[in-house]
Amino acid sequence: MKLTALVPQRSLWDTVLPNLVMLGSAIAAFLGIIFLLFVLAERSPNKIQNILKYVVFLAPAAVLLLIGLIYPAIRTLIYSFMNDDSSKFIGFENYVWAFTIPEIRIVLRNTLIWTILVPVLATGTGLAIAYMTDRMKRAAVIKSLIFMPMAISFVGAGIIWRFVYTYEANLKRPEIGLLSSIWRAMEWEPRNWLLEAPLNTLLLIVVMVWIQTGFAMVVLSAAMKNIPDEIIEASLLDGTSNWRRFTKITIPMIRATIVVVLTTITIGTLKVFDIVRTMTGGNFKTNVIANEMYSQSFRQMNYGTGSALAIILFIAIIPIIIYNVRQLRLERTER
Amino acid sequence: MTIINSKRAKNAFSSPIASAAAVVIAILWTIPTFGLLVSSIRPEKSINTSGWWTFFTNPEVSLENYEKVLFQGTLIQPPMVQYFFNSLAITLPAVVFPITLAVFAAYALAWFDFKGRDFIFFTIFALQVVPLQLTLIPLLQLFAKGLSINGITIIPDLGITGTYIPIWIAHTIFGLPLAIFLLHNFLRQIPRELIEAAKVDGAGWFIMFRALILPLSIPAIASFAIFQFLWVWNDLLVGLTFGAGSKEVAPMTVRLAEMVGTRGGGWEVLTAGAFVSTVVPLIVFFALQRYFVRGLLAGSVKG
Amino acid sequence: MSIFRRRAIGLGVIVTASLLVLAGCSSESDSAGGGTENCEAYAEYAGNEGTTVEIYTTIISPEADLFVQSFQEFQDCTGITINWNGSQEFEAQISVRVEGGTAPDLAIFPQPGLLAKFAGNGLVPAPAKVADSVDANYTADWKNYGTGPDGVFYAAPLGANVKSFVWYSPKTFADNGWSIPTTWAELLALSDEVAAGGDIQPWCAGFGSGDATGWVGTDWMEDLMLRFSDAATYDAWVSHDIAFNDPKVQTVIDEAAKILKNPDYVGDVASIATTTFQEGGAGIVDGTCAMHRQASFIGGILAADYGATIVNPEDTDVEGGITTFYFPGVSADQTPALGGGEFVGAFSDRPEVQAVQHYLTTPDWNNKKAALGGWFSANLGLDTANVADPVNKVAVEILQNATTFRFDASDLMPAAVGAGSFWKEMTAWVAENKSSKAVLDAIEASWPAN
Repeated sequence: MKLTALVPQRSLWDTVLPNLVMLGSAIAAFLGIIFLLFVLAERSPNKIQNILKYVVFLAPAAVLLLIGLIYPAIRTLIYSFMNDDSSKFIGFENYVWAFTIPEIRIVLRNTLIWTILVPVLATGTGLAIAYMTDRMKRAAVIKSLIFMPMAISFVGAGIIWRFVYTYEANLKRPEIGLLSSIWRAMEWEPRNWLLEAPLNTLLLIVVMVWIQTGFAMVVLSAAMKNIPDEIIEASLLDGTSNWRRFTKITIPMIRATIVVVLTTITIGTLKVFDIVRTMTGGNFKTNVIANEMYSQSFRQMNYGTGSALAIILFIAIIPIIIYNVRQLRLERTER
Repeated sequence: MTIINSKRAKNAFSSPIASAAAVVIAILWTIPTFGLLVSSIRPEKSINTSGWWTFFTNPEVSLENYEKVLFQGTLIQPPMVQYFFNSLAITLPAVVFPITLAVFAAYALAWFDFKGRDFIFFTIFALQVVPLQLTLIPLLQLFAKGLSINGITIIPDLGITGTYIPIWIAHTIFGLPLAIFLLHNFLRQIPRELIEAAKVDGAGWFIMFRALILPLSIPAIASFAIFQFLWVWNDLLVGLTFGAGSKEVAPMTVRLAEMVGTRGGGWEVLTAGAFVSTVVPLIVFFALQRYFVRGLLAGSVKG
Repeated sequence: MSIFRRRAIGLGVIVTASLLVLAGCSSESDSAGGGTENCEAYAEYAGNEGTTVEIYTTIISPEADLFVQSFQEFQDCTGITINWNGSQEFEAQISVRVEGGTAPDLAIFPQPGLLAKFAGNGLVPAPAKVADSVDANYTADWKNYGTGPDGVFYAAPLGANVKSFVWYSPKTFADNGWSIPTTWAELLALSDEVAAGGDIQPWCAGFGSGDATGWVGTDWMEDLMLRFSDAATYDAWVSHDIAFNDPKVQTVIDEAAKILKNPDYVGDVASIATTTFQEGGAGIVDGTCAMHRQASFIGGILAADYGATIVNPEDTDVEGGITTFYFPGVSADQTPALGGGEFVGAFSDRPEVQAVQHYLTTPDWNNKKAALGGWFSANLGLDTANVADPVNKVAVEILQNATTFRFDASDLMPAAVGAGSFWKEMTAWVAENKSSKAVLDAIEASWPAN
């Protein structure tokens, strides 16, 4: 296209330079302020420090969270009791809607499947790889390959998996999906992967597990490295088998980390919507709460039902919070 | 004796079966991405009409896709290289800000004794689940109009719409809950005796943070920084919404999503574009991965 | 403190290093072209020099480049810079931006139903000058689509498309001795004939379109509604004056099923739902399918992505050549047309914004844009001589002459139906073999109460 010649184009330099100046000055200013605060605070008397410590350490995060998350959360709670354009109070109608419409019940069921399978599979696989590569030579290569999906955006992941799951019904046209090609080569009947429930939900879960395993592996592997060598050596001298060592030593030693990983992945899974959105658009009984919430709020412009779904999501994590509260209390009393 | 033992410990798991299994899993994990890499160097028409594996029997290499993605701008779309720098300008502050504030808050929640500490911590923990989408409108209103309650201006209209500032603040807010949760878990593991000893030496809370807490938590900070970097770099929604339509501040993912084409298609540029955007996160991972050795949550081991 | 200092130094090194790299990269800026334009035509827009107008839209590159090119003269002469801002996330983002207080100056709405949401809620009524121009250059129907539920005229029509087309390859038809059907019965007879031949699948269809999957199915329903009922019934259907599960709608979906749910015609019915609408048309290019019902715009996509050439029906010797015939009615003399289009609404009343909104309604701009190719509008001043593509030329003639023209029904229905249950249920209709009755009942149940 010769169009480019018609208009003045700003050079790369013109737009990139202000970017870098902005970037540099923002970080410098931020760290500068903190530096000054520390200089002043350290020199002030203890009494003042005792007040100042809350102002400096806790207040900034607290204020940001108050404005950025707590206020919107309360707003959402209020909207969930109101009609589509938030002009009228309608009580629990949106919640009744969510639990009675058959499609939404499928959405809730799918979300449950996701939040059980993804954390367990991703953490399990991550744990297995971390253990297998622990103390192994050249583990870095293997770990990097498994970590790679974490570095790919959801847009990219959608493209990648399209080349795996896509299916061509017409035998005269070429097959560009990897999975169907393997099936055809094996002379098995290929299936329309993303269409058949509940197979399609499982295949979408595979994508999420593919992404999250890297996270689990890296964190768990770091925890394993921290198990004191003496304990491992003692078990080696005892002639303990690999499996026994894994279940009797490794897992109990890193239990706390496993809980953190499970919790983090569970919450991430509850919020996932990009995968479903790009691969099936929520059709074919694959929909999950986060995606339905997005389409209710912004596609169908119903803030009432969208907000109600968000609140249901919030309620769903309460058991996880309670479990973590107990863990924390337990640890505090142990010390 | 100890030398021999630790040598044995090092080799303890070099069992051939475990190694082979790990290699197989790694290969399985890589195949889909490898397909993308192969696709990205194939000509447009081949991508749509044959599987990427046919590349090996019928290799057609074309770097045109990359040339198109990186350097070809149109009347309204600057080339990808420019978005690359936008992404950089978004990501670095959006990593430094939340992590700094999160270490501060995690320190306070782990070691200050005050009423309601657990309540605040679990509120923050629970905030992880607040869906991003529902916070967009209230936050955007705040940036565009300021905040006033009953006509009293609390935060004025700062006139920052269309700059990086709203994007940075938004990423900071969204990154805080998880960062505080993870770093708190880490800082909590620091032995109480260390803290008490520092107190006995007369160190105030500020000196203690600088001299004791911060050096100890560098590996945890570095490894969380990797994750925050990946999340921010790959984010689409925040960049799209808080950039308020300004191309000067839009990150690479926004451009990538647009390349899908008005009505789909264009897989050849997408595959190349997806790869370009993955390079930087991979570099960051390789550069910082040694921190994982002592890394994130390394403290949370009983013993 | 040492940590802070070290970090600051490190940062300085990074910044300097990147600056050095960049110095090598920066390219020279091109100088502005033009200077030969006749600016007298733009005298009415004078007085807005140095202003910028943002247009927010779903239309992105490469189509967007042609828009920007068509504004060039306007920009040079008036001094108004048009910031064309396209995003795939427009539908969701527009409400976020309007509610969030960062509304664009102008927004191009792809659906009147979406436009209605912002009537009296951010949109600025079109100024008299724009309204007058629309009165002069468009039929009353088109002005109506840009009018909100409150009766106020907000948005001027922009581009248009015609949906009542069946795409086919003249070469495939000529090679097999098939002739163009002119009635619904003939269309089904031809489908049987093609199926009996056994080599070529009579129809290809694809409903897939990301989170909008299913819209192709709604188009089938709308086209057949205009044929098996009349325009008045169509309007009653849109406004919910007849129920969605009315027997008349049932007739329509049953007729659609004769093609879409017939495995002899379409092969694997369920996979229609997972085939994207772009891939759906690929079969007529490579000769694996005979017919494909789709709007005028699919031609450009098939040309760009699958190597098709858009030809005249007489060009029977072009390999990969495709063209259209009119989607037949029940009888040969019945020729209703279904179409769609975009509408430009303003969120600001600044004079330069009004100037751009007005300029887009002028025959001058519409001809200029059409001449760049691949595009047409419902502007009555549009000269078909400026429309090069043979299919688009036919489309413009249909728009300007059709006795019965109706706008895409799903775009006019409430979003919960038109961008929700209607899409979803049509998808389930093919994907899960859901019965026609169950589909219609489900959509009826989802219609908003007020």
